[in-house]
Amino acid sequence: MAAVHETVETVKSVDVDAYKYGFVTDIESEKAPKGLDESTVRYISAKKNEPEWMLEWRLDAFRRWKTMTEPDWSRVHYPKIDYQDLYYYSAPKKMGDGPMTIDDVDPELLRTYEKLGIPLREQEILAGVTTSRVAVDAVFDSVSVATTFKAELNKAGVIFCPISEAVHSHPELVKKYLGSVVPVTDNYFATLNSAVFSDGSFVYVPPGVRCPMELSTYFRINEQNTGQFERTLIIADKGAYVSYLEGCTAPKRDENQLHAAVVELVAHDDAEIKYSTVQNWYPGDSEGRGGIYNFVTKRGDCRGARSKISWTQVETGSAITWKYPSCILRGESSRGEFYSIAISNGRQQVDSGTKMLHLGKNTTSRIISKGIAAGRSDNTYRGQVFAHRKATGARNFTNCDSLLIGNRCGAHTVPYIEARNASSTFEHEATTSKISEDQLFYCMQRGLSAEEATALIVNGFVRDVLQQLPMEFAVEAQKLIAISLEGSVG
Amino acid sequence: MLEIKNLHVRIDDKKILNGLTLTVKPGEVAAIMGPNGSGKSTLSYVIAGRQDYEVTEGEILLDGVNILELDAHERAAKGLFLAFQYPIEIPGVTTMTFLKASLNAQRKQRGEAELSTPDFMKKVRAAADKLGVPQEMLRRPLNVGFSGGEKKRLEVLQMFLLEPRYGILDETDSGLDIDALRIVSEGVNALRSPTRGFLVITHYQRLLDHIVPDVVHVMSRGQIVKTGGKELALELEKNGYRDYVTEAA
Amino acid sequence: MDVSVKNLKTTGETALAALFAPSGAAASKALRQRAFDLFQTMGLPSRRLESWHYTDLKRMLANVAPRAATSAAANVDAEAGACVIRFVDGHCIGHSALPKGVTLRGLSDVLAQGDADTLGALYASVGSEDPVVALNAALADDGVVIDVAAGVTLDAAIILDFVSSDATARSEFMRCLVRVGAGAKLTLVERHVSAQASAQRHLALAVSVGAHASVSHVFEGVADLDVLLASLLVDVAAQGNFQSFALVSGGRLTRRQIWVRAGQATQVGLRGVSLLRGEQHADTTLVIDHVEPNSESRELFKHILDGSATGVFQGKVVVQPNAQKTDGGMKSHALILSDDATMDNKPELEIYADDVVCGHGATVAQLDDDQLFYLMSRGIPKTQAQAMLIEAFALSAVDFVEDEVQREQVMTFVRDWMMARGA
Repeated sequence: MAAVHETVETVKSVDVDAYKYGFVTDIESEKAPKGLDESTVRYISAKKNEPEWMLEWRLDAFRRWKTMTEPDWSRVHYPKIDYQDLYYYSAPKKMGDGPMTIDDVDPELLRTYEKLGIPLREQEILAGVTTSRVAVDAVFDSVSVATTFKAELNKAGVIFCPISEAVHSHPELVKKYLGSVVPVTDNYFATLNSAVFSDGSFVYVPPGVRCPMELSTYFRINEQNTGQFERTLIIADKGAYVSYLEGCTAPKRDENQLHAAVVELVAHDDAEIKYSTVQNWYPGDSEGRGGIYNFVTKRGDCRGARSKISWTQVETGSAITWKYPSCILRGESSRGEFYSIAISNGRQQVDSGTKMLHLGKNTTSRIISKGIAAGRSDNTYRGQVFAHRKATGARNFTNCDSLLIGNRCGAHTVPYIEARNASSTFEHEATTSKISEDQLFYCMQRGLSAEEATALIVNGFVRDVLQQLPMEFAVEAQKLIAISLEGSVG
Repeated sequence: MLEIKNLHVRIDDKKILNGLTLTVKPGEVAAIMGPNGSGKSTLSYVIAGRQDYEVTEGEILLDGVNILELDAHERAAKGLFLAFQYPIEIPGVTTMTFLKASLNAQRKQRGEAELSTPDFMKKVRAAADKLGVPQEMLRRPLNVGFSGGEKKRLEVLQMFLLEPRYGILDETDSGLDIDALRIVSEGVNALRSPTRGFLVITHYQRLLDHIVPDVVHVMSRGQIVKTGGKELALELEKNGYRDYVTEAA
Repeated sequence: MDVSVKNLKTTGETALAALFAPSGAAASKALRQRAFDLFQTMGLPSRRLESWHYTDLKRMLANVAPRAATSAAANVDAEAGACVIRFVDGHCIGHSALPKGVTLRGLSDVLAQGDADTLGALYASVGSEDPVVALNAALADDGVVIDVAAGVTLDAAIILDFVSSDATARSEFMRCLVRVGAGAKLTLVERHVSAQASAQRHLALAVSVGAHASVSHVFEGVADLDVLLASLLVDVAAQGNFQSFALVSGGRLTRRQIWVRAGQATQVGLRGVSLLRGEQHADTTLVIDHVEPNSESRELFKHILDGSATGVFQGKVVVQPNAQKTDGGMKSHALILSDDATMDNKPELEIYADDVVCGHGATVAQLDDDQLFYLMSRGIPKTQAQAMLIEAFALSAVDFVEDEVQREQVMTFVRDWMMARGA
């Protein structure tokens, strides 16, 4: 029951002002001129000193983006975004072309990440209380500020670096895989990202290699009116294994900020990729002012036979979340998994879920989604399970449960279940309920406050998803859940 | 006579039976004992005609006729009955409907007239009384919500009703308490006759205290590795299967 | 890119729009004009309209058949005590003697009179924002308005019998309203069974269930129609009970769409079995809107698909903020018998009240090999064993048909359908 105790303690300790990552780092930054046209794209590409082919790729995306319209099918509502009123590139000034060693990083930045609980000095990590080590790529606004444990990973043959660096150091891999899972024209936000993406992580795990440590990227939006457009590309070659974690925070600001990321995963024969997200962007205040618009395209391609891609997400932040981490199950007997906890409070709007596209024979997938709506939020699970005519023997199991706390919020379930052959077996179940008075009373009779009792019960509700997270993140996520529910009771 | 000759069977590229040879004569109760994973249940399924198994070699003869090409329902009509280790639940089909459909389907295939409802009811009632199966159970959907004991009792009731020439009992004792074991065994014993043979598949010897076999076969790795009288079962109970497992390896 | 919407109309849309010629009192005309305007704006629905995601009517109704001429009035006999109201080729030709407490008016009379209450119930019902319901409102020129007086219990059913005189392709547009007074009790059968039919039938049936009233609705959709667009628009007042069962088979394209507005402490049950083969496409789309507290809804649909058939189920349970203590349960199960068949399932929950118990389940599967083997091992031939399993699969939904005669008819149909498959 240690975890429960932890949660209860956290609930007790938090302020009324719950978002503890809301501080601003005072650092001078260099920005692209406000607005978006071809010159912005050229500016970003030039800043990164990119080869011609990369610039062309971006420009092609930009031209296509101009012909597209913003999607309106999801259950989220927001005022029209003025794409000309945003900065598309912002980097801490002293960084130049990115630091060569950790000592070149502005101490202010290092302090920022320490404050966020992400030490970037390897010796500090080694000296830390946690025994397991995690290699971190830290992205601040538009650039990667540091990547730890690179040398050690190199020894194992694992490439882990900012994608801006990979364009130079491994152009053949980037050329081969970039846009191969999420095509340039996939959707409005993905196309925008393709044109203006600034940084993000690149991972390549060679055949047969089990990545010796957890890899992680920590995203931070600091600058005002700045969009963050990171791009992550992870490739697990035949028989490889990698576990990757992603964390995000942003300062409190009254304006909304746009975050439109693209993540592409490729798993070859017998490879496995485990991708975990703890998304805690600034959600806006209780009246719905400010907060991040999180419009993200995440997709994994199980390209090889018996490959496996597993998405785990804990979504507590952002004013609006629009993301559907998906799996294309192309390889025979490949497997896709999606485990999600989405918590919304205040005026947050969440429209999230997954797509499991069964294309290969005997492919399997599993979806476990837990949605918790509190305050005046709206929380929608939207998921598609599709079995192609040739995907004989496809199997899916889906379970999505929603919990409502208070009667001013909404919880919705919108599954699309599409079978195109006689040997696929799909099972889908969903429930919506509230925390029972009996459960609450029982806990409170034993001495817990209503808030403590709620946190306790919610933790039980999401338990099977939390178990999918790597240990150190599970604890973090658990605290986050308690904080997110702050003020939701009574 | 039920003869199995040099039977090789695999499922999904995995070999399960490796040249198994076995004979059950009319009037004989033959027991097959063996460790888990030796292929006992596979054997019972293959005799009954389950489809997922691929017979790569050998034959199964019923009175000299190879039945491998026959569908499961045709084998049933020829008098083969399998009492399942895990009887299947079929929601929406009442037990009574199922019994009547089975009996009449077999009669039809044998060119016999279908039983009228009163005659059928009389027959079912007699069998149910003998095995202590309450009438109420027969109105429920087939095996749905039945306890382990009820399911096994219903399997024996079906055997009473269908009067097969050969009964194959697959781990019929599993999941039964002492009383249920006694009732089921008595039912089987009542069916013993000079014209009817039984193949009793079991992991433990305790069933054989109740249904005393004429001959005991030991199975390991998809083959019969030893054959003896009923005393062989006692020996196995004492010493376990270890000798046979290593011997075959 | 300033292309006006009108220029993009399909031939189907243009042909349908040309049929618009509203008659009746000014109030009636105004309502139908409004509906027509809505249709003109929206056009025939395609996949882009979420509630039509799996049925592209724009494509499937490309060729609109000519409208049927009037049909001659004829005597209609009652069936085993049940009152029969018959429509031939889209026109009401007469009815058997009405039971006590039941009154009936023709749609054209109602339109001519233009009384606000009736028009409201006919045209401002739930679902009126759907383009096909609007199209029906604009074009339907025949139908009946039936009133069942408060407190009346009808022992025998009222049958709305829709038939085709022959296999000529015709368009039919009908709109009916059945108002069931407080505490009354009624079985209402909506029957589409003609063997020889290739009509395009547009039907909207509005049912208003009074307080404490109880309606059992049976939909028999087994006619070989080209297109059947059947909208069921139901309003259930406090403590009312509305139960519906549908058998869907036959026809190239069947779209049933149901809207139920569930008042306080109401009970709603929607169930059905569809048996599809060949190139058939059948879509059941329903919305249950719980607007007041303490209501209960249950949906159970079984789809059996063979050949290259397509089954669609979209069900949405909405619980409004005020509808505390709602108990909603929805299930959709499909059995696919052929590799070329398609099943699309979209069971939705949209919930704004916290003290509720709602859930849904959806499965897509094939016949269970273990069950099949078990039956065969007892001597039952494969085809018969399959038929038994399919019958059992359908049974749990059919069991809810209260009327014994109706229930037996449905089961017989399921059996015959299976036997035809085996042959």
